[in-house]
Amino acid sequence: MDVRLSSEQQALRDAAARLVDDLGPKSVAELDDAARAAKLDTALDATGWRELRTPADGNRPLASAVEAAIVAEELGRGLADTSFLGPTLAAELRRLASAAPASVPETVLLTPDLSGLAVTADARCSGTAIDVRGITSALALAETDGGHDLVAVPVYGTSPGRDLTRPAAAVDGPPAERPPGARSPLTEADIEGWTAFAVSLTCADLVGAMRGAVQLACSYAGIRQQYGTTIGSFQSVQHMLADAHVSVEGSRSIALHAAWAADTLPAGEALDAAAVAKAYCARAARTVCETAVQVHGGIGNTWECLAHVYLRRVLLSTQLLGDVGAHLDRVVARRKIGGVHGGLR
Amino acid sequence: MDFADSPEEAAFRRRLRTWLTENNPGLPASSTSDEYWDGQAPWHQALYDAGFFALSWPEEIGGQGLPSVYEAIVDEELASAGAPPRPSLGYLVQGILRHGDDDVRRRFLPGIVNGRDRWCQGFSEPDAGSDLASLRTRAERRGDEYVISGHKVWTSYSDSAAWCLVLARTDQEAPKHRGLSAFAVPMDQPGIEQRPLKMINGITREFGEVVFDGAVARAADMIGKPGEGWRLAMTVVSHEREPGELGYVARYGKAVNELVERLRAEPERFSTENVRDVAWAIVEAEMLRLHVCRRLSDRLDGVSHGPEGSVDKLLMTAVEQAVGHAALGVSERTAGTKEDTWLKMYLYSRAQSVMGGTSQIQRNLVATRILGLPAS
Repeated sequence: MDVRLSSEQQALRDAAARLVDDLGPKSVAELDDAARAAKLDTALDATGWRELRTPADGNRPLASAVEAAIVAEELGRGLADTSFLGPTLAAELRRLASAAPASVPETVLLTPDLSGLAVTADARCSGTAIDVRGITSALALAETDGGHDLVAVPVYGTSPGRDLTRPAAAVDGPPAERPPGARSPLTEADIEGWTAFAVSLTCADLVGAMRGAVQLACSYAGIRQQYGTTIGSFQSVQHMLADAHVSVEGSRSIALHAAWAADTLPAGEALDAAAVAKAYCARAARTVCETAVQVHGGIGNTWECLAHVYLRRVLLSTQLLGDVGAHLDRVVARRKIGGVHGGLR
Repeated sequence: MDFADSPEEAAFRRRLRTWLTENNPGLPASSTSDEYWDGQAPWHQALYDAGFFALSWPEEIGGQGLPSVYEAIVDEELASAGAPPRPSLGYLVQGILRHGDDDVRRRFLPGIVNGRDRWCQGFSEPDAGSDLASLRTRAERRGDEYVISGHKVWTSYSDSAAWCLVLARTDQEAPKHRGLSAFAVPMDQPGIEQRPLKMINGITREFGEVVFDGAVARAADMIGKPGEGWRLAMTVVSHEREPGELGYVARYGKAVNELVERLRAEPERFSTENVRDVAWAIVEAEMLRLHVCRRLSDRLDGVSHGPEGSVDKLLMTAVEQAVGHAALGVSERTAGTKEDTWLKMYLYSRAQSVMGGTSQIQRNLVATRILGLPAS
């Protein structure tokens, strides 16, 4: 056992951190700066990080889930308003189905509550395409004998969502096309494994966003003055921020394990690792971001303060592929402690 | 980045697992029964003699000089076998190792490590809790000896200890942090009276208070130099905060497994809220297991013990108290038939946010030493 990041992984983290520090939004106003957002988009394109899960030798992914999580964490910390999660999850679906790589920018289509992959029924394909900035297509599942096939549907426009950095789009359209090259349908185990990977990436994003929120709040506590001194010198403020930092550290350890598990453990165990991590990280992240809002006081409740942008990003990442309750249910079901209720309902 | 065992680690894990099938003493949790304390010394010695304790400590003092990550394997296997956790004495060992001279280390450490010599730690006093440096126990030089007078409290294992690591004031004139020195004091002498402290859950064997009234320590048994007591105390308490040093992952893992079994045995007895509390205890305990893997891996770089110990103490406390709340729920639904160990486990969990430095103090340290906020 050695869970330190390798030197290559540290270099990847540093590069991702530099990218968002250079081109990510530094203020709420900068979210509307289309030129900056386009530069961030182009820069991320140049790194190739959206292709980390495309097949390299054989059908192995180009990079591990840990590497994908490292990038996701830094993008979350920097509130990156460019697509990463969607394309990465779509690439992973194509890899599992041995389908040819996407020919256009692609994301995944989820159910309207965002808790899982959309499954097309009859001749319509409906759901919510996530993380759609610069995206023109989304992958969904279609039931078939012995499993699920992939189908691609076009994505147009965006619909308003809670997250200001990663827009979504409602999709409700005509039949979709099967991506070429898919050799065999996706099995339940494939989808479990994909879900484990997807959930672990949402955890990494949560950890990053939490870190960013704590940094923002600590900076503010260091300059905001009341009673003739900085509010960061008050023990009540210090203890809130200390608790927030502690939550980030615990979340980081459990999220890192979920990412490792996604590539290493059998699908069922990987999904359990992801569920445990998501329950912990999502519960922590909301509280941490609420703390960031609180430490900013009145300013924290205004649109211009970045604290709510972190909170909103966390609220979306929590919802994506299952919220706290959904994952706690998984923990309960796997250990068969739901008793007469079978779960927490 | 790999959570999996290396071939050597896997072989070690198999040996330990096999050994545990025949050598698990099946003691009750330390937090629920005094019976645990009768079994602690034999358990420590058996674990050590079989080669499963003191893994990462230096060979000179009886350790095996292995990477710290082996301790994480021990904790996981102890938990899944339902065996008692490894003895929590790393903080004493680290304090003496870092601050004692060669003679002191040679004389004291092997016996602590192999479990033949039982030790307790006399730091806190009735009027010196969080503000430890204000302690008033005095040690006065008299020839080759020091004569010690004062009152120590929260002295873990004082009833069974042969030695006490005592922090006392040797220089009344020096500033309060500078006038302290540390001593190894034999407990079996006329100038020492110890009595048990009864905790809110009824256990009496873990903590004691010790009155020193003209107790004698040899000058040669001072640990570190005169005035070095505060630095030694900081070494000790910083390790006392670390779940990886304390082996508490095994404690929580075992407790969580027992809660899961209890729920499975009589599902109709428990509410959704009980199930939810146990689920959170599972999640919290798993977080700590993985967090300790990360911290112990960091030590492969030789990372020293800094303020991160306060982060870990707060995480560990959250776990213990989540497990405590789950135990309380089970207690409420099963009380009345026999001794209520679940209630005891819950009540004991309240001490975790106090012992080894209160959560308030840990938060101060995280805020000022890690987040860089100004001291208040």
